[in-house]
Amino acid sequence: MTLYVSGISALGPGLPGWAGSRAVLAGERPWREAFQPRPSASMLPPNEQRRSSKTVRWAIEVAQEVLQQAKADAHEVASVFASSDGETDVLDRLCRELAMPQRTISPTLFHHSVHNAASGYWGIATGSQQSSTVLACYDSSFCAAMLEAAAYTQTEERPVLLVAYDLPSPPPLDAARPLQGGFAAALLLTRTPAPNNLVQLDLALSNDLSEGATCMDDPRLEALRNGNPAARSLPLLAAIARQCGTLVRLEYLEDLRLLIQVIPCRSSGTPSSAE
Amino acid sequence: MTQGLVDDHTKKEGTRCIDDHFTNQAVDDVLYGTRGSRNPNPLDRLVVARAMAPLILTCYTLVSALGKGLNETYQALRNRRSGLRPCDFEDVRITAYIGRVDDVENMSFGGGSAPTQLEQFDCRNNRLALLGLQQDGFIQAAIAARERYGAHRVAVLVGSSTSGILETEHAYCHRDPAYGTLPPPYLTSQRYTHNMFSAAHFVRAYLGLRGPAMVISTACSSSAKAFATAARFIKAGFCDAAVVGGVDSLCLTILYGFSSLQLMSRNPCRPCDEDRDGLTLGESAGFALLEQSEHADQPGAVALSGYGESCDGYHMSHPHPEGTGAIKAMRAALLRSGLTSADIDYIHLHGTATRANDSIEDAAVHSVFGPSTPCSSTKGWTGHTLGAAGVTGAVIAALSLTRKFVPGTVNTTRLDSSLNSHVLLENREQPVHRVLSNSFGFGGNNCSLIFGAV
Repeated sequence: MTLYVSGISALGPGLPGWAGSRAVLAGERPWREAFQPRPSASMLPPNEQRRSSKTVRWAIEVAQEVLQQAKADAHEVASVFASSDGETDVLDRLCRELAMPQRTISPTLFHHSVHNAASGYWGIATGSQQSSTVLACYDSSFCAAMLEAAAYTQTEERPVLLVAYDLPSPPPLDAARPLQGGFAAALLLTRTPAPNNLVQLDLALSNDLSEGATCMDDPRLEALRNGNPAARSLPLLAAIARQCGTLVRLEYLEDLRLLIQVIPCRSSGTPSSAE
Repeated sequence: MTQGLVDDHTKKEGTRCIDDHFTNQAVDDVLYGTRGSRNPNPLDRLVVARAMAPLILTCYTLVSALGKGLNETYQALRNRRSGLRPCDFEDVRITAYIGRVDDVENMSFGGGSAPTQLEQFDCRNNRLALLGLQQDGFIQAAIAARERYGAHRVAVLVGSSTSGILETEHAYCHRDPAYGTLPPPYLTSQRYTHNMFSAAHFVRAYLGLRGPAMVISTACSSSAKAFATAARFIKAGFCDAAVVGGVDSLCLTILYGFSSLQLMSRNPCRPCDEDRDGLTLGESAGFALLEQSEHADQPGAVALSGYGESCDGYHMSHPHPEGTGAIKAMRAALLRSGLTSADIDYIHLHGTATRANDSIEDAAVHSVFGPSTPCSSTKGWTGHTLGAAGVTGAVIAALSLTRKFVPGTVNTTRLDSSLNSHVLLENREQPVHRVLSNSFGFGGNNCSLIFGAV
């Protein structure tokens, strides 16, 4: 199955959006992991910026960068949001309040606790009424989102914004699921080529487990990849940043692989390998 | 994968074909059908959907407050026996009714191919999932599909909104008094219980399936959207069959949460009633095995013939006041099924019994279907089972098709006179060929499904 990428973003330690991350992921510039992003998600109305969770702001930040970069109209774009652990800050606050004798929880906190909070805020910020699917697949959440987005853009013939995001849980929840980062990534995927495509992706699902997942060369980035479900996207992001033909293998659960052949596009949007 | 849109399934008499180059006029014909007097909204073209080949529900089942399996569910619907009872969940002191499934607290968990590994999934949500799998020969049907297609060719797509959150709620009550840490057994089991992927992980492990899997979590539309994703995955060639389902179980978060939003009735909910005053929460687990019709060995069964998805883009917990998102979902489902609004015999409403939902859904249904298509809400029987509401609607739609009846609306005595759709209060015995079922969720996430008798 063939898809095209027309927008991309990454947010994480030392990765301040695509403009500042491309050269790092391409290996052209050193990774300064001490930098911690504090995304404002500026497209959210000020009230919503204030009320939304940090998780939501990370997701919206990468989504808005991709839409702006691709000059795409959010009203025409469907979305797939993927997060393994979702709104852990909100869950922590809810569970603390529910452990008190009076069990009074704030209505705002409750409706912010849903796994699709970021998707809901995306809808509020853009007014888009296109389909939005929100999914979870533990460490394979990004991979599951690639499948859903690919299937969506193929069958529904509509661009899909894929957003994967996971932030470390607050204590004491972090002991149950220690995550590294904060990481968020977004891709705008289309079924047909366009002049602004960055790469072509050829996807195939395989149950041949003879080769493992593609790793990051830098051991610290590899630790981030291993330590955050959204950062499992890093090998694909790096291949797109390098703009050279690469086969990326993503682990999909313990018994499947998603194979993604990354084929760079020239400025015309035509894959160079087509010549 | 097949890019052709017109196939034998959509060429049946009485349905319309949609081809690769359909015109806006053709779209309008499909959208507005024989009732074409309404003014088409140009925005509808944003949600133009492609016709799909029907997918057979080779096997399906449901566990809810109505009982375990299809027969108990049907008997309760037929005899108008509501499953709602005064709230007796744990030590919850809220004046409300709930749709609790009996015996979940006491059931033993395990069995299957590798009991020791499966025990780590033990939590109320996965117990409910297991109870669901155990009904109506579902396990056997899934194993037959596994053997027919290969384990890696059968997907597991499950909707849930809160997964096993009850485990975390309990763990927070047992934090270490000195350090605030969570109990060690919780820490090791959290991945298998509360993590959002847990229900699909459990079902996949229990059935020995190795195909693509995920949990879809879009609040109350979750398990309806699982059907849409299954249809896409089969069409894209990612799998040959899919175990589609939904599981959501009672927990403190939803009981106290909906209470805080003042959306819960103190009485059994009364959908579409003049005096309706909120929803009643329930729990359920439902599953369907979806296969392409040329591979399914049970012709004459129920098929998924359309789906439509949309968002409101309006508010986190209040539906769009004009129901434009709901309208788009219903129209997209019609378009994808190649049917017109006149082809639908019954609409299973989301019908939560909140003031806002029922009024807005009524207006949306009326704008797509007009005043005569029978519709009803079954929430007075099961309660609102949130992420499992979509599959609950799907199974009730299947019962309506196969048992030739339309459920009415229980608990409701005085129909809200401001509603314009044809809301049924009493059950009806009649042939039913096609049913549309609505699911709308927090975050303004909507999904409509159409089921038909093959």
